[in-house]
Amino acid sequence: MSDTISVKNISVSYYGKQVLENVSFTFTSGKLIGILGPNGAGKSTLMKAMLGLIPKDKGTIEINSKPIKNFRKNIAYVPQRSNIDWNFPIKVHDAVIIGTYPKLGLLRRPKKEDKEWALKCLEKVGMEDFANSQIGELSGGQQQRVFLARALAQNADYFFLDEPFVGIDVSSEEVIIGILKQLQAEGKIVFVVHHDLTKVKNYFDELILINKQLIEAGPVQQVFQPENMTRAYERPVAMLDDLEVRM
Amino acid sequence: MEFINDLQTYAFLQKAFVTSIMVGIICGVIGSFIILRGMALMGDAISHAVLPGVAISYMLGINYFYGAVFTGILTAFGIGAITQNSRIKSDSSIGLVFSAFFALGVILISKAKSATDLTQILFGNVLAVRTSDMWLTLAIGSIVILAVVLFYKELLVSSFDETMAAAYGLNVRFIHYAIMFLLTLVTVASLQTVGVILVVSMLITPASTAYLLTNRLSVMVVLASFFGALSAVIGLYFSFEYNMPSGPVIALATTALFLLAFLFSPKQGIIVRKIQAFNRRKLA
Ligand SMILES: Nc1ncnc2c1ncn2[C@@H]1O[C@H](COP(=O)(O)OP(=O)(O)OP(=O)(O)O)[C@@H](O)[C@H]1O
Ligand SMILES: [Mg+2]
Repeated sequence: MSDTISVKNISVSYYGKQVLENVSFTFTSGKLIGILGPNGAGKSTLMKAMLGLIPKDKGTIEINSKPIKNFRKNIAYVPQRSNIDWNFPIKVHDAVIIGTYPKLGLLRRPKKEDKEWALKCLEKVGMEDFANSQIGELSGGQQQRVFLARALAQNADYFFLDEPFVGIDVSSEEVIIGILKQLQAEGKIVFVVHHDLTKVKNYFDELILINKQLIEAGPVQQVFQPENMTRAYERPVAMLDDLEVRM
Repeated sequence: MEFINDLQTYAFLQKAFVTSIMVGIICGVIGSFIILRGMALMGDAISHAVLPGVAISYMLGINYFYGAVFTGILTAFGIGAITQNSRIKSDSSIGLVFSAFFALGVILISKAKSATDLTQILFGNVLAVRTSDMWLTLAIGSIVILAVVLFYKELLVSSFDETMAAAYGLNVRFIHYAIMFLLTLVTVASLQTVGVILVVSMLITPASTAYLLTNRLSVMVVLASFFGALSAVIGLYFSFEYNMPSGPVIALATTALFLLAFLFSPKQGIIVRKIQAFNRRKLA
């Protein structure tokens, strides 16, 4: 079955200051979607508004024409790394087991199968050897892989990752993008807030380009164009030319 | 041990003993979540803010429990309201609200009863625990422990990654206020034993000690309860044998345990780390 996520005319403001204005777009199953825009463009805000984590001034977010809040247990969210307390007394394996909580519901505890499933998810990101480490003992890339494992443990259909590639090593980045592409191949919808313009064409097949307003959303070839980029970044974006040459 | 004999002989001492152990346990349990959620100041605030509630209860001639819980919860909401509806940061709004409540409390208490009562409320007098206080503490303790056991999963995820918890549909604001409610109950239960001023030491110090010793939340909660109970019994002992106020002794006992962990804990202890560093240098 093909799913459709559609965002219609959402606006968001913080303390009266508007940071998103009338943003709309629609995507269907099997898409890996990059959310791109300069610092403070409202990328994280867009993601949080889609997930219902912050109030909107107006607009709707629907999956298959139903409010997104009906699908919460099918949504996996990987927050920006800076929002986590890395000294929290929790081991890697237990952090991934948390991924099974949404579908367990209240009062039921994770069983043996859930714990084994979490371990499998850790294997998928190549972190099974660290199952017993405290999360703070890992490198940035390893931490990001553990959080991806937690998202996988949720067995979700919709994935939201905020800046997963910031401050991580090359091999972790490869593992993560490999898994995201696999999720895409399985027909999931994956949204990724992204910063690094050089990898855009290799990583994503769809883009949402914003700077407070939507600049454009759609296939990469169509959106990732000098004219759009200049509008979003409010200056000529040099890397684009380099990219054209290399392609 | 004479103390053990006395414990078998005197009913009032038994009540004090049971009560202090329960207080130690629940302070450790709730304290663990409080420090992990960065709400240590909130614990201090609520404990001070129950004072006017205690005073009003005296004036009305009702059990101090009702008034204390009422003002404790009022404080939690007051702080939440200021933080969410203005640009004032949460530590400032905590200080702002609780000092007002505490000031009001001191004035009301001095009007309501004699100064000795004020000292008891402020610093605790575990030997004055009445049967009804003991039952109240046991009831509160059961509620707190049951709540934490049943909703351990939700407490864990909302403390560790609140955004994820909210994203999958947990009502994190409700959880926040539920913890504030439990915190208020724990504070009220601790009034007799440690007193208003030093409840915070029972909430924060045993949990911090446990935090240095483990990488698992469940172990931390159990250790914190153990340290809390141990400190409370030490406080009771000194209070009974040497006629000291129980609250300050308990506070110092929690601190002594913390210092031991701080210096000697296998993972975090500074002495152990120094020795390891020294050995490594010798090898190199
Ligand atoms: N909690 C908040 N309160 C007030 N303003 C906020 C808050 N969060 C974000 N903003 C403001 O909203 C705007 C958009 O922020 P957002 O974090 O969504 O941008 P972003 O595109 O994710 O930026 P970055 O690339 O730096 O992560 C910024 O101007 C920011 O200052
Ligand atoms: Mg951001």
